[in-house]
Amino acid sequence: MKIVVCVNHVPDTATRVNISSDQKTIDLERVVFVVNPYDEFAIEEALKTKEAVGGEVIAISLGKVVNKETLRKGLAMGIDEAVLLKTDEQLDTLAVAKALAEEIKSQNAELVFMGKQSVDYDNAVMGQLVAAILGYNIVANATSFNLSGNNIIAEREIEGGKETIATMLPAVITAQKGLNEPRYASLKGIMGAKKKVIEEKEVQIIDNFVNVIEMKKPPRKAPGKIVGVDASAVPELVRLLKEEAKVI
Amino acid sequence: MANKFLIYVEQRDGNIKKSSFEALKKGSELAKLLNAKIEAVVIGNEIGNLEDIGGYGVNKVTHLKNAELTNYSVSAYSELFIKFAEEINADLILLANTLMGKDIAPALAVKLNCGLVVDCTELEVNNVNIIATKPVYAGKALTLVETNTPKSIFTLRPNVFTAGQSSAMKAEVIVQNIDTVNLSNNVTKVVKTEGKLDVSEADIIVSGGRGLKAAENFGMIEELAAQLGAATGASRAAVDAGWRPHSDQVGQTGKTVSPNLYIAVAISGAIQHLAGMQSSKFIVAINKDKDAPIFGVADYGIAGDAFEVIPALIEELKK
Repeated sequence: MKIVVCVNHVPDTATRVNISSDQKTIDLERVVFVVNPYDEFAIEEALKTKEAVGGEVIAISLGKVVNKETLRKGLAMGIDEAVLLKTDEQLDTLAVAKALAEEIKSQNAELVFMGKQSVDYDNAVMGQLVAAILGYNIVANATSFNLSGNNIIAEREIEGGKETIATMLPAVITAQKGLNEPRYASLKGIMGAKKKVIEEKEVQIIDNFVNVIEMKKPPRKAPGKIVGVDASAVPELVRLLKEEAKVI
Repeated sequence: MANKFLIYVEQRDGNIKKSSFEALKKGSELAKLLNAKIEAVVIGNEIGNLEDIGGYGVNKVTHLKNAELTNYSVSAYSELFIKFAEEINADLILLANTLMGKDIAPALAVKLNCGLVVDCTELEVNNVNIIATKPVYAGKALTLVETNTPKSIFTLRPNVFTAGQSSAMKAEVIVQNIDTVNLSNNVTKVVKTEGKLDVSEADIIVSGGRGLKAAENFGMIEELAAQLGAATGASRAAVDAGWRPHSDQVGQTGKTVSPNLYIAVAISGAIQHLAGMQSSKFIVAINKDKDAPIFGVADYGIAGDAFEVIPALIEELKK
């Protein structure tokens, strides 16, 4: 079976964000990029599935040439092939979804994994969009995944609980933390990944459905009040919460 | 310019979600400004008090009903939602940014081939367009965006928009019985975490961090939360240590929350954590280290030992 895993190259979560001079994107200077954390779970699940049922795993990433670093990490973990959908444009979510779906279709993949959310734009809807475009089943936010023949049993986290879902291939699964423990790349894997050729394809879709007017920093909060340094400050804190903030 | 608003009303177990009341209220305000028509749709089986949504300014709701819709199913709900939105030719659709909202809004966006903006924290009318504020990088930056398609879909972050007090107005409820339900994605079991409020939906959150030193010390966090009717949260450090489940994690690789009150206990305030909770309306920090970054975003702080302050706080609240 052909399995696709979609991966994104994102600023490390410890990054301080500054706005670039265009007022529409972040300043990339001194920003450390990493594999989107949730995509690591997606890679692991794709590899585990391949180990169980056979086939091959193809990683796809859409973005600039630097996204190859993330693809190479996937190759080092054991992914068979990698494709960069190259664009320097800032595409909106639906435009990205269309480009990914087109590539998944041309790869003829029946099963697609990706992180439940990319920690840059935090939309958490890419899997759902891709599934809708392809007409595939979707399990978003999965914390467990079992494939038997064409049948999928998965669990996903919802607000205040979890759901067990029965569905079938073809499907898109988006990975939540807890799905698995991502493996480390072996030295052999890292060496092998260096030699692999990452296929590059230019993204044709350039129509955006959403325009960014401006990007800005959130308003800074006024400094708060240190009420005290020990338990004796508790009555005053409770008074402030009741009378000033009126939140309890 | 939008002429026909559609608000998706989300129910679980037959109860309407608070975040849907927020969407109804915001939708009715925007529709009034744009002089547009507005109605609501709800999908499920037995649903209580549907006429009450009139109290939030929307006076017509269609209930798409079938016994097989008791449990949520993405395939069934998406299909019905899309069909309804197309039938009434809705051009501005609002949903709460919940797991369900994030499942079905994208399906509709694909069908309508239209702009989708999720997790909005503000929607404003500028002339005839709607400008949405959408946090990115877990709230480290905000974007102002607009769609450039005739139809648009926005999902609203829960707890940010206020539903306020409902009026006594009642909505007209139209029940449409559905014949066939697409269960290609079938929820076979729903397990609720017993007696536990989810951080993404709570008005008050009490979160604990690394400074609590051990899983058992979250007992006092739970006790304080119970006293306040709050949900319990945790920092990444506490989750990575295995003291708390990931569903409790607040921050960039956990949940982004905006409660009325966020109490951070023994959390130093790593940038990933601050990103996930800094949009809370009031923040209280309790931490031994007076230089901890958490005090930089806190409205009120006690720079003292959580192991002394929290039991005292529980006692004070019992008074």
